This record gives sequence, C-alpha cells and structure tokens, in this order.
Amino acid sequence: MNIKKITESRIFLPLVILGIIIAFNVIFNKNFFNITIKDGHFFGSLIDVLNRSTYLMLLAIGLTLVIATGGGGIDISVGAIVAISGAVSAALFAESETPSMGIGVVIIIALLVSMIFGAWNGFLVAKIGVQPVVATLILMVAGRGIAQLITDGQILYIKYPTFFLLGSSGYVLGLPLSIYIAGSVFLLTMIILKKTALGLFIESIGCNSTSSKIAGINVNKIKFFTYVFSGLCAGIAGLLIASNVKSADANNAGLFMELDAILAVVIGGTSMKGGRFYLPGSIIGALTIQCLTTTMYSVGVSPYVMTFVKSLVIVGIFFIQSEEIRKIIQNKRSKKNKNISNKIIVKEEIA
Amino acid sequence: MREIKPILQMNKICKTFPGVRALFNVDLTLYPGEIHALMGENGAGKSTLIKVLTGIESIDSGEVYLNGEKIKAKSTKEAQSLGISTVYQEVNLCPNLSVAENIFIGREIIKNGVIDWKEINKKAKITLEKINIKIDVTRTLDSYSVAVQQMVAIARAIDISAKVLILDEPTSSLDNDEVEELFNTMNKLKSQGMAIVFVTHFMDQVYRVSDRITVLRNGELVGSYPISDLPKVQLVGKMIGKEFDELADIHGNKQVELKKDEINVFLEAIGISNKGVIEKFDFNVDKGEVVGLAGLLGSGRTEIVRLLYGVDRNDTGNINIKGRTVNMKNPITAIKNGLSFCSENRKTEGIVDSLTVRENIILALQAKKGIMNTISRKQQEEIADKYIKLLNIKTSGSEQLIKNLSGGNQQKVLLARWLITEPELLILDEPTRGIDVGAKAEIQKLIVELAAKGMSVIFISSELEEMVRCCDRVNVLRDREIIGQLIGIDINEHNIMKTIAGGQE
Repeated sequence: MNIKKITESRIFLPLVILGIIIAFNVIFNKNFFNITIKDGHFFGSLIDVLNRSTYLMLLAIGLTLVIATGGGGIDISVGAIVAISGAVSAALFAESETPSMGIGVVIIIALLVSMIFGAWNGFLVAKIGVQPVVATLILMVAGRGIAQLITDGQILYIKYPTFFLLGSSGYVLGLPLSIYIAGSVFLLTMIILKKTALGLFIESIGCNSTSSKIAGINVNKIKFFTYVFSGLCAGIAGLLIASNVKSADANNAGLFMELDAILAVVIGGTSMKGGRFYLPGSIIGALTIQCLTTTMYSVGVSPYVMTFVKSLVIVGIFFIQSEEIRKIIQNKRSKKNKNISNKIIVKEEIA
Repeated sequence: MREIKPILQMNKICKTFPGVRALFNVDLTLYPGEIHALMGENGAGKSTLIKVLTGIESIDSGEVYLNGEKIKAKSTKEAQSLGISTVYQEVNLCPNLSVAENIFIGREIIKNGVIDWKEINKKAKITLEKINIKIDVTRTLDSYSVAVQQMVAIARAIDISAKVLILDEPTSSLDNDEVEELFNTMNKLKSQGMAIVFVTHFMDQVYRVSDRITVLRNGELVGSYPISDLPKVQLVGKMIGKEFDELADIHGNKQVELKKDEINVFLEAIGISNKGVIEKFDFNVDKGEVVGLAGLLGSGRTEIVRLLYGVDRNDTGNINIKGRTVNMKNPITAIKNGLSFCSENRKTEGIVDSLTVRENIILALQAKKGIMNTISRKQQEEIADKYIKLLNIKTSGSEQLIKNLSGGNQQKVLLARWLITEPELLILDEPTRGIDVGAKAEIQKLIVELAAKGMSVIFISSELEEMVRCCDRVNVLRDREIIGQLIGIDINEHNIMKTIAGGQE
C-alpha cells in the first residue's frame, strides 16, 4: 500500500527522472560528486547545479502559476524580462564602484519595472483577451529592444561589489546566497498559495474558467496577478544573473531561458492544459534540466550538438511521463496483483 | 394537389454517436417546390439529420434517394455536386473577400490559365439578381449587413445548381425586414421548383412560409404533416412529447394557497433587454416564491437568468434587489446580493471536474468571502461532510474528484455549493436534466422546502410536470419574449402549452 502511495504521488516521476540523470553520473562521471571546501565555501558540480538552477527555478515558479490558469496560459517573455531587469540594475549602478543609488533602491526599482512588464502581459491577456502566447511573444521580442534602449546598445559592466553578493560572492553556511533567495521565493509562494484561496482559485480557473466565473471568482483579476507575479520572478532571476556575470547583456541575458523554464514546469508534472499544478515539481524540473546541462558539459558533449542531445533526453522524459506509458505500467501492475491474490476485493469507487 | 414525385427521400436513417443515439429510423420526404420546416427541440436530431444529408456525417443505416436514385454523399462537396446545398446559421463565407469571390470560391472560372475576374463578377451579379439582390459584387462581403451576407450565401448555394436547399436557422440574426426579404427569396426559389428545408425554432415564421412540417423528438420521427393539419398548439405538443388532448384532463389539480399577505419583492427587473438575445422584459420574484420560466428550448429562458445573474450584461433596464438598484456587472456582484445560479450546462458551467467534491462545494462561498479570507481546511471538510449527508450525495468521500460522480450527484454538489452561500434567490436552470428519477424527486422536494423557509427560487425546466409541481407562478416565453404569466391554480401543462402556442387551441 505504501509503495503504491509513493509511486502515485505527484513528485514521484520527476524525482525518478532526476535520479536517473544523477545515476548516470555515478557511472560515467564520478567527479560530479566531488565537493571541496575552499575558504569555508563548498565547491563542486553539485553545488554548481544547485546554484545555476536557481534562475530556472525562479522562472519556473512564476510560470507554473501562469500555466495553471489554463486557457493556453503561458509567459514566453520571461527571458526578455530577465534582460530588462539586469539592464535596469546595471544602468542604475552606472558602472561605478560606489554608485549614488543604494542597492536596496536599485533592486526595488528593477523588480518594479519587471512587474510592470508582467502587468502589461496580464493586461493583454486578461483585459484585452489576446492569446497568451501571442501577448507574451510581443514582449519576448520587444523586451530585448527595451533592454537595449536601457543599456544604450552596450554591454554594461557592474562594478559595485555589494551587488555581487546576490549571485556570486555571497555565501551563507558555505552555500551560495542565490540558493537561499530562490528557496525563500519558493517557500513564500507555497505559503501564499496555502494560506489564501489563491491556489484553489488558480486551479479552478485552469480546470474550467466558465464554471469558476459563475461561482464568483474574478477570473481576469487572478490571471492578471499570475502574469505580474511571473514578471516579478523573472525580475529576481535577472538580478541574480546580472550579479553573477557582473554585467548586463541585453542580447544574451536569459536568452531562450523561457523554453527551459517551460520544460521545467512540464517535467514537474503540471499540465500545459492548466488546472492542477505542482510547484515542488517545477523546482525538481528546474534541477533536472540544469543537472542534464551540467552533466552533458562535464562528460564532454560538444556545445554544437548539445541542444540536440538535450532534446533527445527530453523527448525520453515525456515518453516516460505520457499517459499511454503510465497506462501500460498500471495495467501490468494490476495484472500482477491479480495473480498474486484473487482474494483482495478491489475497493469499489462509488461513482 | 397533383401527383408529384418526391425529389428527395430519406428512409429509416439511423445514426449513433458514442453513447448517444442521434437518429433512429427517421424518414424525410421532400417535394420540388415546397418549403419544408424541420422542427424539434434542441437535441432532437435536426442538425444530425442535416449533417448526414449533406455528407458531413456518415449514415449508420438507411437510404437516401435523390430523384429516385440512391445517393451516398461522403462530403459536403459531393453533396453540393449532387444538388444539395446548405446555408448555415453562422454565415460561413469569408468576410474579407469580395461578394463575387465568395460566390465563386473553390470553382473559379479560368481563362487562359488565369482567373477571369470579369466573367466572375458578371456571373455573380446575375446570380444575385435571380434572388432580387442588386449590390456591387466587387465590394468585400463584410461591407454588407448580415442579411445580405445570408443572401450571398444562398446565392452561392443555389448557383452550385441546388435542387435541395437547406437553411439552418437562417433568421436568427436577422431583423424583421430582413426576415421578410429572406422569405421573398425563399418563395421565389420555391416557385422555381426548388425544395427548401427550413430549420428554425421561430414558430411564427414556420407558419408564415412553410408548406409541410416534419417533427423530430429525441432522434426519432414524430411525423410529417401539411401545415394546415397541424395547429401550433399541437406542434408544441409533438415537439415536447405530450399529446394536447390528454393534457386537457388534468385541469387545475394544483392546490396552492396564495399566501401573499405582505408583498415582499426580492428581485425586480424593469425593462431589461439584451439586443439580439432577449427582448425587453419585466420580471420579479417575491421572497419565498418559486417562479418558473417555461418555454421551448431556445426560447430565451436561460438568457433571462443569465442577465439577472450578471453572466451577460443587459443593454437596457434596471435590476432592483430589495428595492435598491444594483449594477449587476458580474456573477460576484450577484452573489454578494444574495443570488446564486445553477447553470443548465452542468459540465461546462457548473462543476470544475478535476477538483474534489470538497473544493467544488466551497468554491462559491470562498469567492464570496474573498481570496484572503480563507476557509480553513477543517471547516471545509466539516461543510462538505455535512452537505454530503444532508443532500444524500453518493460519493466515496469529500476528497473524491467530482468528475467520478454521477450526474445527479454532481448536481447535488452544485446545489450544496450554492446553499452554503446562504442565497436569498436560487436560480435553477434545468437542475434535473439527465439525472435519475430518485435524485429528481429529491431536488424537487428541496426546492419546495427552501421556498417554504423564505428562499426565492427561479426554476427553469423542460419538463412541464415538474414546473407545475414546484412553481407558484410561471412566466411563459416564446421566441425570446415573455408572452404570458400563469398564477397559482392556473398553472397546468395544458395552459402552459396553450400559452406557448399563442393562445390557439
């Protein structure tokens, strides 16, 4: 019974997939697990995976809620918002080691700007009724232009050491600060979803927006909120990345990251159709993708064929997760059970 | 009438969709030069019959003869080339193309390898003139009214050499003058020997132009009748499956004590309308009163309650709740004013199928309380368990997904959803449709009990019996208009049908 409970829990499959990738490393890439301590900080591939996956995690948290609202809900502009947020912070620091603006103010401004762009997406989707993929495509394309405008077409370098604490030089208990930041965002989101009715309303809208509207849920308001929230998450990721690379590159920051983030959500067990969503799954999904990328780099897959190999693995993941395969596995299992004992009376589901 | 050979004969047509028997042994005979009305409530099989005739759906069994020859159309195109053309309710032409292009799209006239626009425009003009339409055929279709677009669709249909023309709800988006124009065209085509199938639910229009009527009910043929042999009230009876004569006996067996000592209006709607959907109407419900909305499917019953509940917006008029005017701009406003609404579409507008019974039950209450004011998990479970017991909902528990429940039990969950919001007015649109007899009786009983406790109820049902049993007052609708009202002992099936038919015996 317990085994059944575990295998049926929603986090089971994403964890298995992550496990497979890690197991691969056990065999082919022993260095993967080496962790050294330097200056009281942990170093190694595992830490690196954790650290780098924080960007994806942040994007995936926001995207999970957007996707869960259903009706084709999606935000493909998050990569562009990453670039905008980084550009805003770099521009405000103005390549100075002692910028006139405090770090707190800069962070708040960058995040506000990100939320405003999220609100723009939300406005298009919830108020105007533009299809989400089209609405956010606008910002996906235009956003990089906006970031270029902010950086004046240059790569802006950041020279303010305090800012580096966020995504590169900050450590707590030996682990990078960015892990704590992504962790806090995740926990806060979970708490908000549990303590308010937001989670229920998002799932309800995603399953059936007409029923939800008639039941009195303000469908548009909630959809709008999820896009703002997605913008905020992307903004935080943008700051971490800018801090990590110590610069803002309007062209390349967060480029194609939206695709990995969407994958993370799907691998985590949230359906693109919306409805039931699973935030911890998205976190595992982000870890899985980063783990996959790092693994491939460390076993020497050439960057040129990297995307191809990665896509093969991902097709494999979806294959494992598909309904068809699940059914086959379940059928096999139930047949086995029947053979073992015919006495067990199948608990009748009252329909 | 002279002995005329039928142009089209459909014999014993059967069609089954997974889980639904859409058509069973349906016959349809068309003669050249007649307008033949195809009548039936929604779901009676009209659309399916048209679809099998025009080749969109295949036939399971049965034969179709055109001019005495057996045909089997496998696609719309094939049906068209045989001479059967259809004009659908929604004009399915390309609004951004010119009128001429629309008429000739897919069969352009080619000369020397290129399209001969001159010839096309000329021919389009001639085709339209045949049905008395004189317009500039080079302008885009969307520069003309819906009525003209409809005519263009007809012109296109008859230009593909139609012997049989099917008009599926052609008048639903037309105003009176436009309808007149369409009827002229239809009569002209009829005089040219064409057989026209006219599908509509506007009864007055049927009696204006049709020669014969074929009535379907639940996928079966009720019969075909010359228009003169079938008075309106009998047509209604045949459509809903009650013989008029048999109903005449149960006069006034309803005993309702008219208990209105103090008139206490809960909701009052004055001059409400929604253009093209429902004509202007006045409506009111008193406290503790069960008001019924009777009429055929599509007569505007649902549209009225959707306006009252704020799902759709009204163009004109006011809604007053307890004497105070309320801008009913969305459902949540309605809920906060004490309204609640069980939609007739349980699956698409009621349940949220992947959520649990518990979540479905508390959904509206949570929405009413607001997103921040969470109902604790413990409270949710208590409420759910209480109502599962109270309404006798058959489920393995409150954590069961609602989609695994039977229709009747889903309906009870929805009732629970609304009852816990403690509404002052409960709107029930076909609450008993598709559920078993036992659950039906329970729901009817509940309605009467709730009203006795002071709750107002607006009750819509296609089953007149049920309306008679539950309602204190019945508003009768026809063709999107409230046309009459029955109170107390006057409420019986006979009177309701008579009113629907327009007072004719």
